[in-house]
Amino acid sequence: MTAKIAYGDVEVGTELPAQGFPVTRATLVQYAGASGDFNPIHWNEKFAKEVGLPDVIAHGMFTMAEAIRVVTDWTGDPAAVVEYGVRFTKPVVVPNDDQGTTIEVSGKVAAKLDDNKVRVDLTVVSEGRKVLGMSRAVVQLS
Amino acid sequence: MALDQSFVGRSYPPTEPYEVGREKIREFAQAVGDTNPAYTDQEAAKALGHSDVIAPPTFVFSITFKAAGQVIEDPQLGLDYSRVVHGDQKFAYTRPVRAGDRLTVTSTIEAIKSMAGNEILDIRGEVHDEAGEHVVTAWTKLVARGADAEGKA
Repeated sequence: MTAKIAYGDVEVGTELPAQGFPVTRATLVQYAGASGDFNPIHWNEKFAKEVGLPDVIAHGMFTMAEAIRVVTDWTGDPAAVVEYGVRFTKPVVVPNDDQGTTIEVSGKVAAKLDDNKVRVDLTVVSEGRKVLGMSRAVVQLS
Repeated sequence: MALDQSFVGRSYPPTEPYEVGREKIREFAQAVGDTNPAYTDQEAAKALGHSDVIAPPTFVFSITFKAAGQVIEDPQLGLDYSRVVHGDQKFAYTRPVRAGDRLTVTSTIEAIKSMAGNEILDIRGEVHDEAGEHVVTAWTKLVARGADAEGKA
């Protein structure tokens, strides 16, 4: 593993560059195909509303995949991620227009661990609401 | 109806190997908009010390979740999948998934709980390569909403 960030260069509180990830209905259709998750709540508005959702929602695993990009872009080598977990707290609602919505992700070093590892805590928000809880990664730095 | 606690600790037989393809990794990386060259460019992956292109961290979920189908669809367990939502997801990696891997998954029921009318099922998927080496463990928490909780999620 060859993370481009050195353990000695970060402190508790070091912030990772924040990013916003756009998501439209087209994004969700593409993700459904790539992941094999064709649950209609992710593309069929009528179905989503019938089961009590406000509209079509993004796959939780899509949101989880976007959030870790703040970490993998920071480390350069995605294999630096040795643990990653999230709680799906609120759905990311995706309107049927050209704009869609945005998943805003920020992260900071929450703890320095042994063996050049750090814990990064992520904050993941869409439309002002926190959509992932307990979003944490353990990262192997160089 | 509450799920049967006697299923806690039960493991299901390992799945048939899933062969990880370069183009499948590329397709997944494109779908999440991730242009990290480690996912698509062998030379870039090798420069990072990998023998071939690697998969994004959450790629393996589609393999472990399919394997968890053995649990979800076990008629003896009796989970009502139409009421299921994904509660939590966690991965612990020994190494990244890479192109050419032939991966098997062994799923185990770690816990079954009833809370506020909901049934909560924790499934652990252990992923091994063809040599029998551990690659990643995936923990998936599924929440089956009770009938009276419908519409509140």
